[in-house]
Amino acid sequence: MHKYIIKRLLFLIPTILGVAFIIFFVLNLTPGNPGRAILGTSAPQADVDQLNEELGYNLPLLQKYVNYIRKVAVEQDFGTSYFTKQGVFDEVWPRFMITMRLACVGIVLSTLIGVPLGILAAVKQYSPLDTIPSLISFLLAAIPAFVLGMVLLFLFSLKLNLLPSYGLNSWQSYIMPALTISIPTAAINLRFTKSSMLESIRQDFVRTARAKGASERVVIWKHALKNALLPVVTNIGLNLGGLIAGSVVAEQLFSVPGVGSLIVDRIKYKDEPVIIAGTVLIAVCFTIIMLLVDLIYAYIDPRIRAKYASTKG
Amino acid sequence: MTEQRNATPAAEVFKKQSQAKEIWRRFKKNRGAVIGLILLSAILLIIIFADLIVPYEQATVQDMSQKLATPSPEHWFGMDSYGRDLFARVIHGGRTSLSIALLATLSSCVVGSALGAVAGYFGGWVDNLIMRSLDIFMSVPDILFTMAVVFALGANFTNLLIALTLAYFTNYVRLVRSQVLNLSEQDYVEAARAGGAGSARIIISHILPNAIGVIIVNTTLNVAKIILYESTLSFLGLGMPPPSPEWGLILSEAREFMRRAPHMMLFPAMAIVLSACSVNLIGDGLRDALDPHLKS
Repeated sequence: MHKYIIKRLLFLIPTILGVAFIIFFVLNLTPGNPGRAILGTSAPQADVDQLNEELGYNLPLLQKYVNYIRKVAVEQDFGTSYFTKQGVFDEVWPRFMITMRLACVGIVLSTLIGVPLGILAAVKQYSPLDTIPSLISFLLAAIPAFVLGMVLLFLFSLKLNLLPSYGLNSWQSYIMPALTISIPTAAINLRFTKSSMLESIRQDFVRTARAKGASERVVIWKHALKNALLPVVTNIGLNLGGLIAGSVVAEQLFSVPGVGSLIVDRIKYKDEPVIIAGTVLIAVCFTIIMLLVDLIYAYIDPRIRAKYASTKG
Repeated sequence: MTEQRNATPAAEVFKKQSQAKEIWRRFKKNRGAVIGLILLSAILLIIIFADLIVPYEQATVQDMSQKLATPSPEHWFGMDSYGRDLFARVIHGGRTSLSIALLATLSSCVVGSALGAVAGYFGGWVDNLIMRSLDIFMSVPDILFTMAVVFALGANFTNLLIALTLAYFTNYVRLVRSQVLNLSEQDYVEAARAGGAGSARIIISHILPNAIGVIIVNTTLNVAKIILYESTLSFLGLGMPPPSPEWGLILSEAREFMRRAPHMMLFPAMAIVLSACSVNLIGDGLRDALDPHLKS
C-alpha cells in the first residue's frame, strides 16, 4: 500500500509539469507580445523590443518554460501582472481560495442531494420516489448551469428579493452560487448512484443475504449499499471538473471574486502571467484531489487493499 | 424481450438490412425516443430553412425605438436591448450553435476513435505513450483548457471547433480503446489476420464496425453535452464574437436586462434546453435499441 501511494505521488510530478507545459504552450500561441501589452500601443518600438528582451520573451519556448518553472519552484515567483503591475501570486491566491471554498460547498451539497436520492430511487424502483427525481435529473441534464443560475437569480433576487444577487459577504450570498454549481452535479450523482445501486441489488451476494434470512434493511444498507458506493466515490472525484467549470460560471453570474472570474476578466487584457498562474493552480489542485480520491478508493475497497498487501506493496 | 431473441437467428440471414430494421423497430417502441426524434427533426428543419422563415438581416438590423419590446404579433419573441428581433436571432443563432455542436461532436469522435483504435490495437509502447499523455491531458479541467485555447487562438467559429474537439475527444480514446482491446481477442479477428489482412484493414473493416453501436450512443449523448458547453463558452464571452446571433451570447446579453425584459432570457434558454433534451431522448432510445440486454 505504501509503495502504491509513493508511486502515485511520484507520478504527480510529471503530471504537474505536463499540465503546466500544455497550458504554457497553448498560451504562447497568442499573437502580440508582453512588451506591447505593458507599455501600451503608443510606446516606441525600440522600448517594446528592449522590454521583451529583458522579460526573456524572445527565448525559445522550451527555455522560457524551464525558466518559468525554475522561477516558480525555486523563488516562488509567479511573475508580475501586465495589467495591474502587481505580484501575480498575491493577486491569484486569495481568489483561488474563494473558488476552492465554493467548490467544496458544491461537492458537499451535490453529494448530500444526489447520492441519497439515487439510493432511494434504486430501492423504490418504479415508484414515484424513483420516477420524479429521475425525470428531474433528466431535465437537468439538458439545462446549462448558467441558465439555472439565471433562473435562480431571477426568482430569488429579482422577484422574491430573498437573497443578495452578488458578492460573498454573508452566508445567504453563498446559497445561489453553491446551488448553481451543485444542482447539475447532484443530478449526475443521482443517475450514477441509482445505476450502481441497481446493479448491486441484482448481484448474487444480495440474493444470498436474502436467502439466509437477513432483514430487508440489512440487505439494502449493509450488503448492497456498501458495494454500490465504491464507484460512487470515484464519481465524486470526477465531478470536480464539472464543479470547477460550474464555479467559473457562477462567479461570473453572481460577481464572486474567485479565480475563474479573474481568468475570464483578464483574458480581455491578455494578462498572460495571471492566466497561466490561475490555470496551473487550478489544474494542480484538481490533479491532487483526483489522486486523493484514487487513494481513498483503494483504501476503502478491501479487494484493492488486499491486492497491494499480498504483493508486499 | 423473449420474442425478439427468437427473431435474431432469422435476422442473421439478411444481416445488414434486417439488423437496422430490428434496431429501428425497437427504437420506435420507445415513446420518449420518438418524441425526441420528431422534436429534433423539427428544430433542424427550422434551422436549415431559417432564411425562408425570417431573413438573416432581421437578426442584425437595429430599431432602437423598439428596444426591449415584449413579444407581440409582429415580433413573436420580442426585441433585445439593441432593438433586434429575438425570433430571428434565436432561429439564426440555432444555426451557429447547432452546427458548431454537431461538427465538434463529429471531429472529436473521429480524432478520439482513431487514437483509441491505434492505442488498443497496437498496445505496447504506442498504447503507453497515448494513454499516459492522455492522463496528463485529462488532468486539466476542460473549461480551463478550452478557455486557454480560445484565448490563445482568438474567438471564432474554427477556433471554437478546435477547442471543443480538444475538450471532448478524450472520452472516445478510452471508449474505443477498451472496445478494440476486447474485440481483438475475438476469433474472427484472428481469422482475418491469418487471411493476411493488414492492421489498417483489420481495424477499419473488422473491429470498428463491431464497436460502432457503443460509439454511436456515446456520440449522440455527447451532442447534448457539447450544445450546453458551447453555449456556456459563449455566455462567458469566449464563443462567437458579437453581433453574430448565438444562443449563449443572447443569454449573456439578457443578463443585464433580466429585470426589465425576462423574455430575452426565456426563448434562447428554451431553445438550448429543447435541443439538448431531444438529443438526450434519442441517445437513450438508441442505447436501449442497440443493446436490449441492458434493459431487462
